[in-house]
Amino acid sequence: MIMHRTLLVVSGILFCTVVHAEVDNHARNLAASCYACHGTDGNSEGGMPVLAGLDKALFVTQMKDFKSGARPATVMHQHAKGYTDEEFELLAGYFSAQKRH
Amino acid sequence: MSFSRRDFLKAGAAGIVIGAFPGLAFASSELIKKKGQRVVVVGGGFGGATAAKYIRKWSNNKIEVVLIERNPMFISCPMSNTVLGGGRTIDDLTMSYTELKKKYGIKLIKGEVTAIDPEKQTVMLADGHLKYDRLIVSPGVDFMYDKVEGLNESVANTSITHAWKAGAQTVLLRKQLEAMPDGGVFAISIPKGPYRCPPGPYERACQVAHYFKNNKPKSKVLILDANPDIVSKKGLFTAAWNDLYPGMVEYRPNALVTKVDVASKTAKTEFDDVKADVLNVLPPMKAGAVADMAGLANVDGRWCGVDFLTYESKVHKGIHVIGDAVSAALPKSGHMATSQAKVCAAAVIELMQDKQPDQNPTIANTCYSMVSGNEAVHVANVYRFNVEKQAMVAAEGGGVSAKRSELEGAFAGYWLKNILNDVLL
Repeated sequence: MIMHRTLLVVSGILFCTVVHAEVDNHARNLAASCYACHGTDGNSEGGMPVLAGLDKALFVTQMKDFKSGARPATVMHQHAKGYTDEEFELLAGYFSAQKRH
Repeated sequence: MSFSRRDFLKAGAAGIVIGAFPGLAFASSELIKKKGQRVVVVGGGFGGATAAKYIRKWSNNKIEVVLIERNPMFISCPMSNTVLGGGRTIDDLTMSYTELKKKYGIKLIKGEVTAIDPEKQTVMLADGHLKYDRLIVSPGVDFMYDKVEGLNESVANTSITHAWKAGAQTVLLRKQLEAMPDGGVFAISIPKGPYRCPPGPYERACQVAHYFKNNKPKSKVLILDANPDIVSKKGLFTAAWNDLYPGMVEYRPNALVTKVDVASKTAKTEFDDVKADVLNVLPPMKAGAVADMAGLANVDGRWCGVDFLTYESKVHKGIHVIGDAVSAALPKSGHMATSQAKVCAAAVIELMQDKQPDQNPTIANTCYSMVSGNEAVHVANVYRFNVEKQAMVAAEGGGVSAKRSELEGAFAGYWLKNILNDVLL
């Protein structure tokens, strides 16, 4: 078990310089399509909720609730169904790290 | 040493003199001397302006961006039908390009591209040329006037408008509606798809009906659709026509307009002649003329085939095409143009840094249509890259509004504010 963890850490170090940047860019690129409604980097100028700086867990819960129909919406239930749970995590991570204006 | 605009123009003039000598590569001046890595963007609409901004933003300003646009101001086509309905003026939809220069250091050139040389990686303008490492073409659409006998650009500018690019024609069409007597007929002709903004013509019918209802209640809206059925948001539009404008809107499918008579404002279809008081004809559309300059429109001679990971043209390496001009199973909308622009911007930066672009682009589209003064309906979809098809494919769960609402009407306004800020500020 310890060895396994060590391996993970080592491989993490080995790959982080290459893979890390691309993973971040994928999350950034995913998030960018949301800006038409939610503003650049999630800083909405009104109407739609500000996503910049939003708590990660709260973001994921809201998206899952939109997807399941637990939270009613005009449009977000449709968008939420188009994304995977992994993508919710990526989006949550990206938006939570953005500075709220 | 800093160059003033005056110095810059003098340098340009000197270049022309030097270029007159034989044996030099170009007979024109280099408008802005290329030093480091440079992307030139042609067309400053939703797609081009977004690509320009995001290349600067995501490259930490390392890549020089030159944006070429022929119009002095940005005018939003989305929501421009509300100018006809009276909810907005064209000024409400007009924005300046100056923040792109001030905030992001984008070099703006007001002008028209006259030629593209993919081999020499050069674009020509009337007064000089620009070299690029990568070129992004965002030409929007142009109109195939030759498909409608009697129609041409001059007629469109003065009489039978299309008003399918927001601006002077939008204002003219509104004036024509204002001048029309009560009891008159407004007829709109819709071309076969694909065309820019699939729900737009039906939204326009709603906005004109909204204006008539309040000002000229005896008037009619006649929709001549070359398509066999309503292309987008069908149930929502027919509900709006029946509930909000009963007896006012008439829809005719399979009504392909092939000829117009300008003097009598008559549209001729295969079956009959339709005389209108205000005639609005959307000609068939194709990729904007800039695409033709490098032979980029390789699909039916109308649209541009691209690699959806990078939006690089299937015809020329190093040239990318985004927005309405692209051949894709994606709606030709403002939101789609900005989403494509961001995928393209990210990929261009990565290609210029010898990195692999994102292999799983996933983008969203939300498109609102105003069906009255304050109510809207939407269509929304997520699209993701499909490796087998090498295409963007609609993901699960997309759809339209359950019903029109004032809440969505408010959202439509906020959508406009947020997307314009995202493109230009």
